[in-house]
Amino acid sequence: MPGKTPWKMAAGATAIALLAAGCGGGGSDDSSSTSNTVVIGIGEPQHLIPSNATESNGAEVLASLFYPLVDFDAQNNPNPVAAESITPDKANTVWTIKLKSGFTFSNGEPVTSDNYINAWNYGAYGPNAQGASYFFDKIKGYADLQSKDPDGEEGPQKAPEPKAKTLTGLAKVDDTTFTVTLSAPFAGWESVMGYTAFFPLPKAAWKSDGVIADGFEDAIIGNGPFKLKGKWEHDSQLVVEKVADFKGTAPKVDGITWKIYQDQQAEYADLVANNVDVQTTIPIESLAKASADLGDRFKKSPNSTFQFVGFPTFQKEYQNVDVRRAISMAINRQEITDQIFLGSQSPATSFVSPVVAGYRANTCGENCEYNPTKAKELYEAAKGPKEIKITYNVDGNHKAWVDATCNQIKASLGINCVGGEEPKFADLLTKVEKHQPVGLIRLGWIMDYPLMENYLGPLYSTDGSSNYYGYSNATFDNLVKEGSAAATPEEAIKKWQAAEDILAKEMPVIPLRNGQNVFGYSEKVSNVTLDLFSKVDIYKIEVVS
Amino acid sequence: MFRYIVRRLLQMVLTFFGATFLVYALMFANQKDPIQALVGERPVSESQRIALTERYHLDEGFFMQYWYYMKGVLTGDFGTSMTGRKIYDMMSDAWPVTFRLAIIAIVIAAAFSVTAGVYSAIKRGGIFDNSTLLITLVLLAMPIVVIAPLAQLIFGIQLGWFAPTATRDATFYQLLLPAIVLACIVIAPEMRVTRTSVVENLRADYVRTARAKGLTRMRVIWVHVLRNSLIPVVTLIGVDLGGLLAGAIVTEHVFNIPGVGFNLARAINTEDGPLVVGFVSILVILFLFINLLVDLLYAALDPRIRYE
Repeated sequence: MPGKTPWKMAAGATAIALLAAGCGGGGSDDSSSTSNTVVIGIGEPQHLIPSNATESNGAEVLASLFYPLVDFDAQNNPNPVAAESITPDKANTVWTIKLKSGFTFSNGEPVTSDNYINAWNYGAYGPNAQGASYFFDKIKGYADLQSKDPDGEEGPQKAPEPKAKTLTGLAKVDDTTFTVTLSAPFAGWESVMGYTAFFPLPKAAWKSDGVIADGFEDAIIGNGPFKLKGKWEHDSQLVVEKVADFKGTAPKVDGITWKIYQDQQAEYADLVANNVDVQTTIPIESLAKASADLGDRFKKSPNSTFQFVGFPTFQKEYQNVDVRRAISMAINRQEITDQIFLGSQSPATSFVSPVVAGYRANTCGENCEYNPTKAKELYEAAKGPKEIKITYNVDGNHKAWVDATCNQIKASLGINCVGGEEPKFADLLTKVEKHQPVGLIRLGWIMDYPLMENYLGPLYSTDGSSNYYGYSNATFDNLVKEGSAAATPEEAIKKWQAAEDILAKEMPVIPLRNGQNVFGYSEKVSNVTLDLFSKVDIYKIEVVS
Repeated sequence: MFRYIVRRLLQMVLTFFGATFLVYALMFANQKDPIQALVGERPVSESQRIALTERYHLDEGFFMQYWYYMKGVLTGDFGTSMTGRKIYDMMSDAWPVTFRLAIIAIVIAAAFSVTAGVYSAIKRGGIFDNSTLLITLVLLAMPIVVIAPLAQLIFGIQLGWFAPTATRDATFYQLLLPAIVLACIVIAPEMRVTRTSVVENLRADYVRTARAKGLTRMRVIWVHVLRNSLIPVVTLIGVDLGGLLAGAIVTEHVFNIPGVGFNLARAINTEDGPLVVGFVSILVILFLFINLLVDLLYAALDPRIRYE
């Protein structure tokens, strides 16, 4: 009987396969619940080389593996941490950084000036394509490390190699001292160096000069309070354990498991089931039940996110400032933050985030106050367009609030308002670059360092990296630059505030909302705080005994 | 038989190249600005753009890019993802867990649907038959995007019978709930087909003959009838594999399983052409082999079938 045997074999094979499927895994949950370690949920980091880690997941993990030059106190003023002292010259151009001695990387190498200089040169060198390379653009010699395609991206010529491989602005004085020369005076430089991109790299990182060794990123070695246990288990987890003889501030927990989630709702399910100890962002779908599920372990704190819409300067119909003011007045921000965001964001009435020094509430004045009657009068007098559009990327959960905003504008101004959908942010940018009529552009900003300048520069300066709408005002640009060059932080803030006042008059964008950290934690941990970058403070968190 | 298999294998080579070419072309057509997609809303500096364009040959034409890719694949190098990881490493991380999930789901679905199908065919019109008809209709009507979070909420969080999420090295028990959810999409059709097929065969002449010979009822049903009824079911299970993998995208997302479905979804999102094609190539091969296996199983089930 030819058929019988394969039939039985198939059944047997199935049984074996099922057995294999069942037995393949297991044994991962060996840490007992009494141990002094915590599990914090994150998303898969894109990169762990500090100069390439620009998103919050990577930054969060790196904060446990590295010890920064400076950190920030409650008022967001920089404090030297790994640095003994950071002193500028009189012009705020040459900064001398003295490192604390005795610090080592977790592999035993001492931390020296070279570790910083080499890492920063690598980060700034254009062909390395490091995401955070723009942080180094204030250092002298940055331009020589970049290459420019002579005939544009489409042209046949290849970009030439950059003129130099190292920044002329970085100079070693001795093993624990080095100087940074900026290309222009900048009083806030100390704050900038608090960012992830400024971490040092050990000698073990390099295969040869300026080339990172294969596999270093997966087993990264830092100078921080924790070291990576094993390797980066992509899409699964990163386990870090305490460095035994760490010289700096010692954290209260013995280890952290950075558990990687693809979906915040899955993470929330695990938080409720006590499988993860901290969730830094509770998804909006779960907000309604979070208070009931977590009680007082559901918390909010300010962060630096700033949400707004911009008016493209290439569209004539928005050139009249009264049109822009009227649209802004037509929007009821409070209603949207309450109804759509369930209080997880707050209305914005200024052009910078409340978390930076120099912030003043309500600089936007009556332009950001909901006043449908005045809005309609202004709009009709200014003969605004009969239909306006708010273009957004659909992959970012923006539909609900854009539609609500449109409905408010419709009701207030008596005109038509539609949401323009683009699949991704890149598609939106392409249309803006081609000057297609996109209408109002949905935008958001998270700061890199806690200074007003980090909002004013990139968002509203003529050559700002995220000024997609093309706003340009020479007086404004000068004020921002003067502020950066000012001798003291107080003088800088004065200049920057003057610059912000120009924005309030001209309304190049409509401020909409300021973000908040909306986080929760399990019963196992206490003292959970999040900083302005939505990072858990790993030095404060502790396990409830 | 041997010639048949060789012929099928040769056809597979053609199908494989055709399918990967198509997928590559589709990804290429959909690719607008993968560099911007990679960094999200952050600005990309010009030198960064130049370096990445060169690294991933983004400035070359379609056929050159395809040629680079195929040259790599044929020498066992699946290339590098846009995030800089070796695609081979990503695949060897992702495939085992999805494979286990799929096997458990297929076995659960097959075991349940065949047993329940046969039983409701025997008791045609009874309570069991009618209630399973109702349940399968409900299951058919519910998309997996509803079933998966619902199952997670009820059995994972509220009742606490299962862990709400699973990891890469999940145990059999952790994978059980996602596998049941996954099985739900294929249980309904498989069970209905088994039932119809068994009902039809129960009326066949050979069943009457077998009964007349004095065979027991159990032997008639589980050996004679079932074996003849299984051909359409086995075909369906083979085809269902595609549905399972599509369902895995949702299931793996909900239950946080870093498998194939998750990687595919992410790769499509970041316009990561080589990563999508890499995973799909393996999917195509798998699909082709399973369908060959299904065709060979016909002979086992029905000795009259001969392969030339």
